[in-house]
Amino acid sequence: MGKPNDLVQGTLDLLILRTLANQPKHGWAIAKRIQQISKEVLQVQQGSLYPALHRLEQQGWITAKWAESETGRQAKFYRLTSHGRKQLERETANWKRLSGAINLVVSEA
Amino acid sequence: MSWFQKLRIQLATLRRSKADSELDAELRFHLDQEAAENLAAGMNAEEARRAAIRSFGNLGAIREETRSTWSWTSVEIFLRDVGAGLRSLSRSPGFTVAAILVIALGLGGNIAIFAVIRSVLLKPLPFHDPSRLIVLYQGQQRDHEVNLPIDAGSFWDWQRAVNGSADLALVAPTGQYGLSTRGGELPEMIDAGCVSWNFFHLLGVQPALGRTFSQAEDSPGAPATVILMDSLWRRRFNADPAVIGSQIWLNARPYTIIGVMPHWFQYEGKMSGGRIQIWVPIQHESAASLMHTYEDHEFSALGRLAPGITAASVYNRLATVQGQIKAAHPGPAVRDSVVGHSLLDDAVSGYRTPLLTIFGASGCILLIACLNVGSLFVARTAARRKELALRTALGAGRMRLLRERLLESFLLSIGGGLLGVFLASAAISWLVHARRDMNRVDSIHIDPVVAVFAAAAVVVCALLSGLISAWSTRSRSLLAPLQESSRGNSAGQLRTALRRTLLAAQVGLTVVLLVCAGLLLKSYLRLRATELGISSDNVLTMQFNLPGVRYDKPVQKAAFMEDLLRGVRAVPGVETAGLVTTAPGQGWGGDFLMSIPDHPPGPNASGLDFLVRAADPGYFAAAGIPILRGRTFASRERLDHADVVLISQDAANRYFPNEDPLGKHLRIDYLGMVVEIIGVVGDTRWTVSQPDHPTFYMPIFSNNLSAATLLVRSRRNVEALSVPIQRLINALDRDLPVVNVETLRETIGRSTLGSEFNSLLVLGFAVIALVLAAAGIYGVLAYLVTQRTNELGVRIALGAQRAQILRLTLLDGLRPALLGLIAGLAGSAPVAKLIRSLLYGIEPYDSTVFLSVMTVLLAVAALACTIPAWRASRLDPLQALRME
Repeated sequence: MGKPNDLVQGTLDLLILRTLANQPKHGWAIAKRIQQISKEVLQVQQGSLYPALHRLEQQGWITAKWAESETGRQAKFYRLTSHGRKQLERETANWKRLSGAINLVVSEA
Repeated sequence: MSWFQKLRIQLATLRRSKADSELDAELRFHLDQEAAENLAAGMNAEEARRAAIRSFGNLGAIREETRSTWSWTSVEIFLRDVGAGLRSLSRSPGFTVAAILVIALGLGGNIAIFAVIRSVLLKPLPFHDPSRLIVLYQGQQRDHEVNLPIDAGSFWDWQRAVNGSADLALVAPTGQYGLSTRGGELPEMIDAGCVSWNFFHLLGVQPALGRTFSQAEDSPGAPATVILMDSLWRRRFNADPAVIGSQIWLNARPYTIIGVMPHWFQYEGKMSGGRIQIWVPIQHESAASLMHTYEDHEFSALGRLAPGITAASVYNRLATVQGQIKAAHPGPAVRDSVVGHSLLDDAVSGYRTPLLTIFGASGCILLIACLNVGSLFVARTAARRKELALRTALGAGRMRLLRERLLESFLLSIGGGLLGVFLASAAISWLVHARRDMNRVDSIHIDPVVAVFAAAAVVVCALLSGLISAWSTRSRSLLAPLQESSRGNSAGQLRTALRRTLLAAQVGLTVVLLVCAGLLLKSYLRLRATELGISSDNVLTMQFNLPGVRYDKPVQKAAFMEDLLRGVRAVPGVETAGLVTTAPGQGWGGDFLMSIPDHPPGPNASGLDFLVRAADPGYFAAAGIPILRGRTFASRERLDHADVVLISQDAANRYFPNEDPLGKHLRIDYLGMVVEIIGVVGDTRWTVSQPDHPTFYMPIFSNNLSAATLLVRSRRNVEALSVPIQRLINALDRDLPVVNVETLRETIGRSTLGSEFNSLLVLGFAVIALVLAAAGIYGVLAYLVTQRTNELGVRIALGAQRAQILRLTLLDGLRPALLGLIAGLAGSAPVAKLIRSLLYGIEPYDSTVFLSVMTVLLAVAALACTIPAWRASRLDPLQALRME
């Protein structure tokens, strides 16, 4: 288990937005952060990460800027926009509702 | 591939390739980062890289998938749509060219006329705080007359009365001076403005050189001073700044030049022709008696309102003052009311109605053009209905189709607008040449405000023509063409009905334009056909003014005039010649109030208004004015023996009803002189558009008269005489300027210029409208016939007569034209009333004009219908049925 593809659709978006909530990051850092926080449970596939990042950028939830990374190389840093912040709140609320409901079903039934 | 498409693709490719390389860089960074981590975890370099690539997966697939999320930006979508629109328009070049031309005509006319209206009617005058400037005239309530010149006596009373709430300056912009310089240059007659010393200060204008008048210079005893206008300074003095302080000779007296006005300065009012070349102080120039009388009206007043004071309050105050003046001086020549305008109104009020009429006409053309283009769009939509239906079926949204339509109409309107601006600037430069007589005509050009107007007109035009056709495609009917069987389709009904309505509206507007054009043209023709009271063929006139310095005794003046007449009559080709102060058709020329001492006191005995003329004994024969009763002046009735006058037929009828005026007397109130009537002559007009006015003639070799018009009649080609006659005058007095050398025909042409201009312009618009309407009728009917080919084929096959088919189609086409005609005639009535002030000699509801318009319109409509109707009646049924 642990492949994001197996997750409920749209969850990757939520994870990316949540990861970017505190500070701008480049793609690699986002993947690493998700992996680290989820204690290696969630492995973000690059094959989904970059299309997702570009889609979120098109939707205006995140913006990108080239800047110097910690190793001194140019990297593309993504940052949450105010639209993105609202979207994050919506998706977080959604997720809590959904996961709570699933929890209820799993534990009661 | 068009240049536009190439550009668009290049732009997109550029953007894409940049994004591509950025994506590559981004992915590479990720790989390197991953490899670096693997390296840190203890792998060797090669292993670290491979592991990174492995964990990454299929690089090509990731790249593809990422790319697919990129959408077109709105700019790219817009450019793509514009490209599609251009392609679609270029596929039907006939439609595109026709639509652009029609829109260009409509927009061009509107932009040009708006530029004129903006520059002439709307733009503030170039003076300091021009909205506070007013012009004052007097009125005579008894005769319902307004805007009459004022007398200086009233002016001083006014100035005292409104002191503190308005400053007033006295203006007489009508003087004429003979200018000569010491250098032996040609003498010439120039227009002068006589003004009180505060005039320039009141306008807020500084001279370009020198200074304006001081109060001391505006008095009878002061040394003579003059201010030059820029044009005279450049023309006669080579723009030499050293002229300040030097002298010029006006009417053979020396004047010191104290200032030169800036080149833009122009004072244009009702009383001035805008041709003033010098300014002189009024009290220095005018007789003291003129400066204090209430009975001689030669001036107007310019005023500047103090801050916070309204014009109405000043007018009210002055009305009271004028009432008091009238009460104190009840003489018939004293005026009883005051009329005021803003300075701008004073300069342009005469052009307001004509310009707004022409603007209305050009607006109609624009509307007709939009209707026409809209109708063409509807037809185009009809032709493309299968394509549209298919696209709708494939998921094209209604908004998307509407957007496309509007984009097309915007493209056409922009094309039309660009062409229209060219047309407009050509029209403006023509107009500036054609209407030299119009005040402020030099200020006309396309400025930013006009450009904004043009842009707005383009938008309105695009929306109007685009939305008309968009309205014709209801979403419900969009899919209908796909369901239509090949026979008996009726989905075009809605569109046809819409086109018929548009056509009727267009015909209606055309009728209104035709009626206006007809009325104006008939007025103009009436005006041109009006006789001045004498035959105007082969008559040459020229004016001169004998300077009082050189001709200071009456006998000298009379001698010059007699010598001149003798000489002119001897010039080969001259048939007759005469002298008069003002020739027929050449202006008001001044009036006197007279009394008839032979009549018992009453309204028929005093305060009778006569135009003043002085003539030589041979003038009546030379001009062709018939002596109806009595005789002309005898040769001894000159100088001190000149107490005789002739009066016009109109004066005899009006002031001597049922009695013989011969032997009766007239008292000239202003001069206190009594004269005897010795003859009655035919009526002449002082200007072509105004009715006869009672006139009297006194001998010109008397009364110290110095200004005269020489009138020469010839059998043919009178223009050729102007040079020998001027040479003759030059031989008599080489310093005497001769002015206004023109034939009587030219005089009439000048005074009917406005009427000619208005009527021809509106006629031009009406003809354009008629052509567009004819094209519209033809287009709709031709479309209808094509649509009904099938049905008509069946009818003919079943035995319908050709004549029946012809009648059927003809009526089909004529119906909207008839509807439009009725609506147009109904709409013309109020419009005709609006332009009443531009008409001459006809009523707004002139039956000939209305009938001619009906005939012309029906004839044109029938002609436009004939071709498609005839084609319908010639249909081969077999072919028609096979056509599907």
